[in-house]
Amino acid sequence: MRHVIGWLLLTPAAILLIAFTYWPIGATVADSLFSRGNPIRPSRFIGLENYALMADDPIFWQVLWNNALFALGTIPASIALALMMALMVNRALPGRALARMAFFTPTILPMIAVANIWLFFYTPDIGLIDQIAGLIGLPGHNWLGDPDTVLGAIIVMTVWKEAGFFMIFYLAALQTIPPELWEAARLEGAARWTYFRRILFPLLMPTTLFVLINAILNSFKLVDHLFILTKGGPDNASNLLLYYIFETAFSFFDTTYAATLTVVLLLVLAVLSLVQYVVLDKRIHYR
Amino acid sequence: MSAIAVEGLVKRWDGHAAVDGVSFTVPDNSLTVLLGPSGCGKSTILRLIAGLETASAGQVTIGGRDVTGLDPAKRGVSMVFQSYALFPHLTVAENILFGLKVRRVAKADRARRLETAARMVGLDGLLDRKPASLSGGQRQRVALARTIVAEQPVCLMDEPLSNLDAKLRAEMRDEIRRLQRALGLTMVYVTHDQTEAMTMADAVVLLNAGRIEQQGPPPMLYERPATAFAARFIGQPPMNLLRGPTPGTLTGVRPEDVMLNGDGRPARVEALDYLGAETLLRLSLDGEEIIARAPGRGAPQPGETVRVAWPAEAEHLFEDTGIRRDGGEP
Ligand SMILES: Nc1ncnc2c1ncn2[C@@H]1O[C@H](COP(=O)(O)OP(=O)(O)O)[C@@H](O)[C@H]1O
Ligand SMILES: [Mg+2]
Repeated sequence: MRHVIGWLLLTPAAILLIAFTYWPIGATVADSLFSRGNPIRPSRFIGLENYALMADDPIFWQVLWNNALFALGTIPASIALALMMALMVNRALPGRALARMAFFTPTILPMIAVANIWLFFYTPDIGLIDQIAGLIGLPGHNWLGDPDTVLGAIIVMTVWKEAGFFMIFYLAALQTIPPELWEAARLEGAARWTYFRRILFPLLMPTTLFVLINAILNSFKLVDHLFILTKGGPDNASNLLLYYIFETAFSFFDTTYAATLTVVLLLVLAVLSLVQYVVLDKRIHYR
Repeated sequence: MSAIAVEGLVKRWDGHAAVDGVSFTVPDNSLTVLLGPSGCGKSTILRLIAGLETASAGQVTIGGRDVTGLDPAKRGVSMVFQSYALFPHLTVAENILFGLKVRRVAKADRARRLETAARMVGLDGLLDRKPASLSGGQRQRVALARTIVAEQPVCLMDEPLSNLDAKLRAEMRDEIRRLQRALGLTMVYVTHDQTEAMTMADAVVLLNAGRIEQQGPPPMLYERPATAFAARFIGQPPMNLLRGPTPGTLTGVRPEDVMLNGDGRPARVEALDYLGAETLLRLSLDGEEIIARAPGRGAPQPGETVRVAWPAEAEHLFEDTGIRRDGGEP
């Protein structure tokens, strides 16, 4: 009887999860095993042919590489910046509330709005960056038009947007750490850096794990800005996996290949979360 | 050698003086208690001695050396916080050794000091635990061990026992006193509990609103309170203060000096506090409340009238400003 009630209580959540998560995942995996259908030749089962196609697709490897660079460029930088900003505004300084708000503002803006602001920064010649560069006599540069700089430009913008959000979590965690810990360490002769390394940073580890998971997921999920800034270009230099999936599905209407790419994205995310929970969890102190 | 001298110490926050011209000395190898109600500036004085706050005015010397502007780590003090300030992610041993590692004490030396300290406070067998799995009393012992291994000549304690239950508090009181003597520490101990102060202190500095009301050894504070505040604050139950004998004066009488037998002024028994060994009688004497001590059993019952009197030499006379009339040392 007890477990009947248990299952009944579980049902609403289970229905929602199945309808909106597991069913679509299953359908996507199934789709990826079929050929692209058209009015003349209907879709048919082709096994792993789509995956073989993908392995030979240079754009797929490029967006995967871009995504790796994007993740490496944004994750450590935004977390480090977030921690630095949180340490800064956690102190009793005049104008602290103002600084906190300033750091947090990029977070409350939608990505599309952020992209528009940065479009104004990056525009060649008349953009803010080139204007400032012009003042000190540097030549203008087409930041978003140059395959060598476009990914970097997008990374900088993403760090700017993400750091403020992560700062809030660090700030909340810092407020739970009693100030006597620093005073006790200080009386023992610990420098600020020693205190940070031996006490503060380990105590912030649960927050860092949480932020890290979010940052990694975001590095695969955040593509809104590509619609405004680059559309993945030039020459796929700023294309990311999710944007490539979108293009494949809705610009090239190749839904089965899009399904194949989606399966890869799901696998990447699943492996990453597994690694994080299994490996990092063991080494983290939870109070 | 490590005597502390505090001279004209002032600490102001936004114009309000939390510590307002405080001077006292703590002789080498002795225990001085800073006593006073909550908010009177005890912690602030302790933190000024430690260097965790900077003084607005005045001077702190330790062992004859002016340390007023010196870095806290260089003053030769260790401190026990009310919250113990243990590092939650480190084991007991790591907590105790943190300071020694920071100060780069050699490994063999660290192990030796850890062992001695753990034995002194009874922490053997708990060294691999995290603070979260310890009881309040055990955490307190870790905090004590941390100050022992530091081997600093001066030890500062801020209400170290206030998070413990009454029985443990009495035990730890003895233990801290024993450690202080055994290690020859110069100790400043902050508390709002006059029992702690009276039982532990070589000397008490009684504070009120950032100023010293009176300082001296416990018997002096009890027997010759310099102010009405000191009279009321020290002693449990507090001293009775009655108007008179002349206008603008107050007469203080300790409850144990109030005699119930024989002749005297009539007083009505309003209520009883039965404590076992004794009973406290709350009497109404000409409209003023007065407390008397009576034996545990056979005390008069509420509603009865008794006659109260006290010997003239038990009277303490105060101006209504609170100052003792016959000139107690402030
Ligand atoms: N950091 C601070 N900023 C402003 N006021 C403070 C600060 N610390 C203490 N005070 C004030 O100083 C007074 C004395 O505080 P404290 O020394 O903690 O008292 P005690 O330890 O005797 O309870 C209190 O009125 C308190 O509000
Ligand atoms: Mg205090």
